Amino acid sequence: MSPTTLYDKIWDAHVADQTEDGTCLLYIDRHLVHEVTSPQAFEGLRMAGRKVHAPDKTIAVPDHNVPTTPDRVNGIENEEGRIQVAALDKNARDFGVHYYPMNDVRQGIVHIVGPEQGWTLPGMTVVCGDSHTATHGAFGALAHGIGTSEVEHVLATQTLIQKKSKNMKVEITGKLQPGVTAKDITLAVIGETGTAGGTGYVIEYCGEAIRDLSMEGRMTVCNMAIEGGARAGLIAPDQTTYDYVMGRPHAPKGAQWDAALTWWKTLFTDENAVFDKVVTLRGEDIAPVVTWGTSPEDVLPITATVPFATDFEGGKVDAAARSLAYMGLESGTKLTDIKIDTVFIGSCTNGRIEDLRAVAGVVKGKKIKEGMRALIVPGSGLVRAQAEEEGLAEIFLDAGFEWRMAGCSMCLAMNPDQLEAGERCAATSNRNFEGRQGRGGRTHLVSPVMAAAAALTGHLTDIRDFL
Amino acid sequence: MEKYQKLTGIAAPMPLINIDTDMIIPKVFLKTIKRSGLGVNLFAEMRYNDDGSEKDDFVLNQPAYRDAEIIVAGDNFGCGSSREHAPWAIKDFGVRCVVSTGFADIFFSNCFKNGILPIVLPKEQVDLLMKDAEKGANARMTVDLEAQEITTSDGEVIAFDVDAFKKHCLLEGLDDISLTLAKADAIQSFEQQAQQSRPWV
Ligand code: SF4
Repeated sequence: MSPTTLYDKIWDAHVADQTEDGTCLLYIDRHLVHEVTSPQAFEGLRMAGRKVHAPDKTIAVPDHNVPTTPDRVNGIENEEGRIQVAALDKNARDFGVHYYPMNDVRQGIVHIVGPEQGWTLPGMTVVCGDSHTATHGAFGALAHGIGTSEVEHVLATQTLIQKKSKNMKVEITGKLQPGVTAKDITLAVIGETGTAGGTGYVIEYCGEAIRDLSMEGRMTVCNMAIEGGARAGLIAPDQTTYDYVMGRPHAPKGAQWDAALTWWKTLFTDENAVFDKVVTLRGEDIAPVVTWGTSPEDVLPITATVPFATDFEGGKVDAAARSLAYMGLESGTKLTDIKIDTVFIGSCTNGRIEDLRAVAGVVKGKKIKEGMRALIVPGSGLVRAQAEEEGLAEIFLDAGFEWRMAGCSMCLAMNPDQLEAGERCAATSNRNFEGRQGRGGRTHLVSPVMAAAAALTGHLTDIRDFL
Repeated sequence: MEKYQKLTGIAAPMPLINIDTDMIIPKVFLKTIKRSGLGVNLFAEMRYNDDGSEKDDFVLNQPAYRDAEIIVAGDNFGCGSSREHAPWAIKDFGVRCVVSTGFADIFFSNCFKNGILPIVLPKEQVDLLMKDAEKGANARMTVDLEAQEITTSDGEVIAFDVDAFKKHCLLEGLDDISLTLAKADAIQSFEQQAQQSRPWV
């Protein structure tokens, strides 16, 4: 047999039907659902008189719209948001899928809840009407975002009509320097490939620096595969993966666990397997990075200066000029001289317990800059509970942070957590698009420790100054 | 879905690269639980001032392009989120074809599900169509999916590729779900076999 990649293996194990032109019906093991991209899909089912094919493999949780202030136990004030969450409540009940309602302690961002509850396992196919489904690839699962029509298709058939993507390898060799995190890896890769560099590919991340990452770090890396244009990112499962999965509520147990483990251990790319595209970065060369523009590819080391539009070529010249104007930045300014009004720590990129521990490590015993608005939004109710148990919440509150309930929050600002026009934010989320965090708001993407440092100093800061 | 007909219409030039789905339909409009009515919000932040008045310099606000049915776009159109609200808004506005050097994957497949034809062409040809689109309302392009050809206002013909299955579905207005449900047996036998080989799933 010719050598195959990890992606090939998972793909082959899920093809339920294939036509001559290569169009496949890919069987879906886990379907995650949230309130924003699902109402029209459930409505479609109702209108056609269809059922959910596999309610047991379908998991729903509201996250995008929910307020993150404690008074949410009394209900959602915003009418449209309330209607959307109520629609999910009803749909989950009517169609009998697994559900974590807003006030359940297990509620949280769908991409944090899935792994936390053991729904996401190696070798699975996982989809969700959300592009950051790529996150689950950290487990060696083929996971990607789909549109609402496809959500309806999966609900009705538990399959997806797909053609196979190409294989791309992103290798990060060696060790990371102190202060450099998974977030810096994933941003550095996008800086290298551009936001369309992965279009048409499934990326496998590998190399020593990836192997050394915790599951949390691996999820951060895969989360942003989509910002590099790839539908999915994958990391082969290993002991780190098995240790994370074992004992989770929906992970296999006993003999099932042994059988699963035996299969999981076959999930790796064979030696000599061919990739259509390869990108290699040296871990030692990656610096703490920050974005200066309105595309995730606008990445620079924190030690750099704001670029000139004329530094670029082709269509990027106009795009960069537009970004600089939107961001209100002057070319040539040192990045560390850029003042910050708001700090947002959270999202499916960096809202896990390890992220919060790292932030606490930086801000413990210190105070955030006067006048700074700084939010910490845990990725799930369980992350929040654990942070409270470990004493992290107290550290945050003492330092002057707001300590919120779980949800997407200011990552996309569909709930009341928004930037004002012109406000400038250091954010641990994944998108710096125009208006993403509020109309006219300006976003700099950074790692959790870099966000923590900016909260203390009031400007973009090199975390290495704190080490 | 209705059958995809041959289209002759005005093309709006949008040369900016990396037009993301947040630009196409800002998230404030994602709170709807319907598919329809999003056309007025298409490109809202680029199209309207804070007070709701139109920005004169935005292409779709210019008299020549208000009825555009085709968009000729810069590279990597539709990057960002999976929100199908983006194609819903485009369709509701009246656009049925977008041409670019590249599209983001999810947006690309979302288009086909909503009767929008995304066409990928090499840069020189997109540049040529961009120039044609810049001529304004008198320069109508024709998009013929059946023949896989675009004809510029000058009569120049450009051939394009399209996935055969997707083309078939668009032309016939087929609904994916019914097509797949016709293969229920294949799905069922896959499930039985998976129950044996991966019972923990
Ligand atoms: S945290 Fe942000 S990126 Fe993640 S699912 Fe929520 S809105 Fe999307």
